[in-house]
Amino acid sequence: MSTPVSAPMAGKLISVDVKVGDKVKKNDEVATLEAMKMFIKVFAPADGIVASIDAEADATVDPSTVILTLK
Amino acid sequence: MGITDIIVSQDFISNILAGFTHLTWQSIVMLFIGGILLYLGVAKDYEPLLLIPIGFGCILANLPLTELIHVPREGYVFHDSVRDILANAGLLNLQEGVRLVDEGILDVLYNAGIGNELFPCLLFIGIGAMTDFGPLLQNPRILLLGGAGQFGIFLALLLALALGYDKLEAVCISIIGACDGPTSIYMTSKFNPALLGPISVAAYSYMSLVPIIQPPIMKLVTSKKEREMTMSYDELKPVTQTTKTLFPVVVTIITLLIAPTGAPLMGTLMLGNFLRESKVVGKLVKSAENEIASVSTLFLGLTVGSTMNGDVFLTLKTLGILLLGFIAICGDTAFGVFGAKIMNIFSKVKINPLIGAAGISAFPMSARVVHKVGTEANPHTYLLMHAMGVNTGGQIGSVLAASVMIAVITALQGMGIVL
Repeated sequence: MSTPVSAPMAGKLISVDVKVGDKVKKNDEVATLEAMKMFIKVFAPADGIVASIDAEADATVDPSTVILTLK
Repeated sequence: MGITDIIVSQDFISNILAGFTHLTWQSIVMLFIGGILLYLGVAKDYEPLLLIPIGFGCILANLPLTELIHVPREGYVFHDSVRDILANAGLLNLQEGVRLVDEGILDVLYNAGIGNELFPCLLFIGIGAMTDFGPLLQNPRILLLGGAGQFGIFLALLLALALGYDKLEAVCISIIGACDGPTSIYMTSKFNPALLGPISVAAYSYMSLVPIIQPPIMKLVTSKKEREMTMSYDELKPVTQTTKTLFPVVVTIITLLIAPTGAPLMGTLMLGNFLRESKVVGKLVKSAENEIASVSTLFLGLTVGSTMNGDVFLTLKTLGILLLGFIAICGDTAFGVFGAKIMNIFSKVKINPLIGAAGISAFPMSARVVHKVGTEANPHTYLLMHAMGVNTGGQIGSVLAASVMIAVITALQGMGIVL
């Protein structure tokens, strides 16, 4: 089962902090957003392995943007 | 007298070590306070952009004999100032005890931008350019929370009157509760300039201490379950660019018709926002939110910090002002949260009560604090943009509250009523 990790809110994607194949646990930090001059961590919604990175750093993201997919 | 005699003479030693011999207990205490502010900014990362200039300004101003700043204290006349020239021409008698001094560099900054509120207003252009009113426009009912957050103003006003402060003094002190430095300075210079030092320091210190003051209060008045609540961004429909572009113009016209005295603050804030939303002056927006905002923050913090002179600052009145300001901000936080809880009783879509705490003017610190406290309780709670909506509401609310107070006082005074 794959779990898409969407941007929790509108902002700029600063970095994706995991690589394809990385094992992540629920609540691990997987990406960093910037909004209102504040860095905001995106946390994994579930345990899994990073299947793909779907957004690029510096992109403007919102809740409809999938940043990465876990499986 | 031989060179050795000169070196060992009492006068030489005390002159060469004058900095040390002129240290008073007040300056030592203030150096310590400046040090704490620097520590909080550097090591604890509490609003370093404000706390570092304020802390450094405090240290500079309290080192003896530096003569960097004399205003806003009474008893100084600058060389070649209008008063000096009038006195030399025999047209004006300087009061006894008045010292004739050279203008220090921080005096220049104070007179250029604090005494006349220019720096706060320049900063407001930057804040306007940084502010996306989208979250507020998407969910206009949270504007009400910006009103609930102003409760602290009235709590502080009543307490100050009860403690025996003079009526206009009490008004100036109470506006600290808006957690709005520029507005506090505006009110105080209008009604009681003698309190400008302690009030602006209290307002700006509390603004920068919002990240320390608010979280304990927020945790005290909410349960862990309430703080964990997530808020979705899905049901919020995006607002059109036309709405966003028209908003600053409409707000300017309506609020300034209601409260014309709020023009310097509301006008600059909305000018900045219009630059942003017009989408055609990207260069100006970039300058406003980066260079102009940074330079005014630096000068504002440095100058405000340097008004924290021990002789003026370490008095019972200042302590009272600091205490009342503190109570006001705690009151704002708690009542903002209660406001959100009350709103939850009446509405279908529940909100996380934490966002009510952002209903003050400390922008965008307060929204960030709300976000942090929410994330601490639950990593999947992202309150930032919701809190930002409440925070922008609080900003508009406090400027309006102050403008209305000024309008009422001016009207009463105009009717010949002595306050």
